[in-house]
Amino acid sequence: MANDLQGGVLVKGAMSLEERAKWVWRETLAVHRRAAETRIASSLSPIEIFVALYYGGVLRFDAANPLADSRDRCIISKGHGSICMYPILADLGFFPEEELHRVCQAGGILGGIPDPVIPGYETVNGSLGHGCGVATGMALGLKRRGSDRSVFVIAGDGELHEGANWEAFMFASHHKLDNLNLVVDDNKIAMLGFTDDIVSHVALRERLAAFGWECEEVDGHDVLAVQAALLAMKGRANGKPKALVARTLKGRGVPGLENFALAHISNPKPDVLDRLLEQGEDQ
Amino acid sequence: MSMKPRAMRDALLERIWQSMGDDKKVFFISADFGSPVLDKIREQFPDRFINVGVAEQNLINVSAGLALEGFTVFAYAIAPFITMRCYEQVRVNLALLSQVRKMNVNLIGVGAGYSYVVSGPTHQCYEDLTVMRALPAVKVYSPADHVSAASLFDQCVATPGPKYLRLDAQVLPVIYENAAPSLADGFHVHRNGEEIVLVATGYMLHTAFKVAERLAQRGVGVGVVDLFNIDGFNVSRFRAALGPYSGIVTMEEGFRGRGGLDAMMFDFVNRNAIPARILNLGVEPGYRFELGTRTELHELVGIGVEAVEKSITAFARNLSSTLVKER
Repeated sequence: MANDLQGGVLVKGAMSLEERAKWVWRETLAVHRRAAETRIASSLSPIEIFVALYYGGVLRFDAANPLADSRDRCIISKGHGSICMYPILADLGFFPEEELHRVCQAGGILGGIPDPVIPGYETVNGSLGHGCGVATGMALGLKRRGSDRSVFVIAGDGELHEGANWEAFMFASHHKLDNLNLVVDDNKIAMLGFTDDIVSHVALRERLAAFGWECEEVDGHDVLAVQAALLAMKGRANGKPKALVARTLKGRGVPGLENFALAHISNPKPDVLDRLLEQGEDQ
Repeated sequence: MSMKPRAMRDALLERIWQSMGDDKKVFFISADFGSPVLDKIREQFPDRFINVGVAEQNLINVSAGLALEGFTVFAYAIAPFITMRCYEQVRVNLALLSQVRKMNVNLIGVGAGYSYVVSGPTHQCYEDLTVMRALPAVKVYSPADHVSAASLFDQCVATPGPKYLRLDAQVLPVIYENAAPSLADGFHVHRNGEEIVLVATGYMLHTAFKVAERLAQRGVGVGVVDLFNIDGFNVSRFRAALGPYSGIVTMEEGFRGRGGLDAMMFDFVNRNAIPARILNLGVEPGYRFELGTRTELHELVGIGVEAVEKSITAFARNLSSTLVKER
C-alpha cells in the first residue's frame, strides 16, 4: 500500500509501510549501536505498531507543535521499550536528526529512557504501568470538553502486571470511553523471562473483553494488518474502549535475541550489530 | 456573634461547589469518599464529578490526564490513602510531569494525624507531611481551622502545579474568626513571647494555644505561630518573625524526627544561620493500637497538652542555663 498520507498531511517519501518498518528496525539498531544503554529487544517488538500509528494515517499530529490541541494523544507507556520512536520522531520532524547521534550523551534530549522533554512524548513513562491510567484521564477530559480527538496508549504485556492498569480498565469501560485505544505489545517476555512463567496473561483478549473492552488480536509484525486494525478501532463510537493485542516477538530479527527469555537485559555484541546493519544497507 | 465551626472539608468543598457553576474547568474526583457538601456537587455537576471507587492509583492517574486536558482538578480521599497508597503515581504523574507540563491538581486529604481517633493506624496519618514535602513540585498546606482551609481554594485555582491539602477530619474551633490568614505569608503570628516561640501546624496550633496559656499563668511568655504553608511561606518575613527568639519549638501531629515540619525547621534555621535552639515535638515514632480520645492518644505519644508543657518547661530551663553560661 502506498503511504503518502499522514493524518491528512503529506509526508516526505513514498516508502511503503513494510519498507518503513524495515527502515525503522535498522535505524533503531543503529541508535543502539551508538548508545548501548538503550533497551534494544523491547524496542524491536513494537516497531510495526508505531509505524502504523505514525505513517499509516492513524494518528493526527503536528510535529512543529507537538502539543497542539488538534492532535490525537499517543501515550507510550512502555517508555524504555520505545527507542524505535527516536528515528520515527526525527524523521517526522519532531526534533533534528542530529539528536539521534547523541543519544544518552550530555546535551542531548534522547535518553536511555525517553522523558517528556522529548517532543512527541506526552507523559512520563520510565516507570511502568502509568500510561493507561493517565490516558484514561485524558480520554475522559477530551469527552468532557466535547473534543473528537482520540487517545492511543501503547503498553507492554509485562507492565500489565501493575494493578493500576486494571483500575483504569474498569473505569474506562464504566465511563464508556470509546475514544480510548489500547495497543498491547504482547511480546510475552518481561525482564526475567516469559510472562507465562512469571504471572501469566493467558487469555488476555478475553480478560479485557470481560472488563468491558472491545478487543481484537493481530499479528503485531504484519504492519498492514496492524494498520487496518487501528484504523477500524479508531473513533468507532460504540461506547466501548478498544484494545488491540498485537502478538510480537521481543528482539525481533536479531539472532540470539529474538524471543530469548532474557532478551530484555541482553545486548547484541557490537560485531553482530555491525553485521546486521551492513546487511540492512544491502537490502 | 461568634462563627460556628465547621469541618474543614465542608468549608473547602462549599467553595469548590460555589465555583463550579461559573468555572467550567473545575473537576472534582473522589475515591469513594464523601461529605454532605459533596452531594450538591454530585447532583448539580454530574459531568464534572466522578467517584473512581476505592482506587487511589487511578484517582491520581485520571486526575493527571484531566489536568493535561486543561481541567483544574480537585482529588479527594482519606489522607493516608491519597498520599501513600498512590505515592508513585503522585511522584511520576504529578510532581515530575508538572515540571514540564502545565497542570493543576489539588489533592485533598482528610484525616490529619489522629483525627480518625478510633480507626487506628491505617486511617490515622503521621507520615504525610514527610512524604509529600519530599516531592519538590508539591506544595503542602496544613490549615488549622475551616476558615483557613476554605481560603486555600483561591490559591488552588490560581496557582498551577500539584498541591496537597492536609485537612483535619474533626470540627475544630474557629481561629480566624475575622479574616483568613495571608496566603502570601504562609504563616500567621498569633502571640508574641520572650525567649521561646511555638511553631505549630494543623491541630497542634490548638494545643499550642493551650500550652501557651498555661505557661503564661506561670509567668512564661511564649510566642505562637501558625505555619500552614509548610515549604512555601515568605522566607524573609518568617525569618523576621523568628528573629527575637532563642528557642523554637516545632509542633506537628506527625512522626517526630522523620522529615516533617521539624526537618523543615532545622533546614531553615541552618540555612539562615538563625542563632536559636530547636525543640521538635511530634508523635513518638511507632505505631500504637491503644484506644482512647484524641487527647488521651496525644498524651500517650508525647504531643498532648501535659506532655508538651512538660517538654517546653524542660527546654526553657535548659535554654536559660545555656544562655546564662554564654553570658
